[in-house]
Amino acid sequence: MEYRELIARRAAQEFKDGYVVNLGFGIPVLAASYIPEGVEVILQGENGIFNFETVSKVGEEDPYLADAACQPVRVLPGGSTVDIAMSFAIIRGGHVDATILGALEVDQEGNIANWALPAAPGKLVPGMGGAMDLLVGAKKVICTLQHTDKKGRSKVLKKCKLPLSAAKVVDLIITELAVMEVTPEGLVLKEVAPGVTIDQVKAVTEADLIIPDSVPEMVL
Amino acid sequence: MKSKVIDLDAALDNVKDGMSIMIGGFLGLNAPLACIDRMVERGIKDLTLITAVNSYVGGGLGIGKLFENHQIKKYIGSHVGTCPAATEQHVKGEIEVEYFPQGTVVEKIRAGGAGLGGVLTPVGVGTLMEEGKQKIEIDGQTYLVEKALKADVAIIKGYKADKVGNILYRGTPNTNPLMPLAADYVIAEVDYIVEPGEIAPDQVGTPGILIDAVVMGYGEEKTHEIFRNIWIRDKKLA
Repeated sequence: MEYRELIARRAAQEFKDGYVVNLGFGIPVLAASYIPEGVEVILQGENGIFNFETVSKVGEEDPYLADAACQPVRVLPGGSTVDIAMSFAIIRGGHVDATILGALEVDQEGNIANWALPAAPGKLVPGMGGAMDLLVGAKKVICTLQHTDKKGRSKVLKKCKLPLSAAKVVDLIITELAVMEVTPEGLVLKEVAPGVTIDQVKAVTEADLIIPDSVPEMVL
Repeated sequence: MKSKVIDLDAALDNVKDGMSIMIGGFLGLNAPLACIDRMVERGIKDLTLITAVNSYVGGGLGIGKLFENHQIKKYIGSHVGTCPAATEQHVKGEIEVEYFPQGTVVEKIRAGGAGLGGVLTPVGVGTLMEEGKQKIEIDGQTYLVEKALKADVAIIKGYKADKVGNILYRGTPNTNPLMPLAADYVIAEVDYIVEPGEIAPDQVGTPGILIDAVVMGYGEEKTHEIFRNIWIRDKKLA
């Protein structure tokens, strides 16, 4: 299975019936395609939209309505649109059950870096958008990312090196190799991907991993 | 009541080089595209631009054109990433960029318009957002003091306006309802202009007392065409 699909499928299993969820760009949005049967979630877009789906046929679009990536959408029955102050009050106020966001780095204390790469001295790009608000406001924060960078270096660290988006907020980390939970005791290896061994995960993880007696394989 | 409907150029005569300007919209959607296009033609420059998010992905629409035409001196918002020109000018040091978390920019604008000195937010605590800001502890929780934002001009986009400036929004109104309170001169670009009384009072998203000028935008048909073409080009629609 392609890594993005694997991560998205596993992340979707975190949805519970009735959850209000906000999904970041990339893999997180993909998770909406794998919502388990019998589970209904309400998607929120931080531009101010609840309970929507993307449309893809010419004629279905409304030029005044889009999601937070400016994709054409339709509001489903029971959905709503609000202004952006209301939208972020809902986010910051703890009324979003879960957010899934990508990251450049994440660490064993639940710190996350996903907004700033140094492009020149003192110049950071691309900016945080709504990520910082979601990380602080959502009740559950799920971080999805590839386990290592292009050079094979761990992105699951003891301590983030890049500028943080928020401190000590991540609850669950899902990569193409493993599911890890941030706990007061440290980072616990909860599951490994099919065919992946605990040693293989440890070999590419800079963070200290707590290994329980039993580490099941992801069921995808 | 006096009509606030004026020619788009007459309204833009109030937007001058060096001003601070809030522009409504979210990645181009429900943004005042006709006013922005005319601002590009007029070449109003050295602007401090305040928005929640940047241009449509890849630029070429809405505020992206202001960056591409080098009319921005300083940008205040939550990112530059969707706009290649803004990103490049930031990296080269040609424009000044001040980042705030999106919900924080929104609250700064709201506070500016609501007569508040600022807001206390937990967002950004433990990050670079703390730099140079006062921190306050209340009941064991740490907050950053984020000061209110105001601007010389706000240009917003509504769906309909009546001639005295009452605005009806459609779809996702995003930042448009906030900005009219926070600026000295407010232009509302709309796709329909109707008589007073034609918008039901309880459908008014922004009361006319907050609007200085109502200008006709591209209209619904052309607005639809602009987005349909962009979405087809970007393979969102087929």
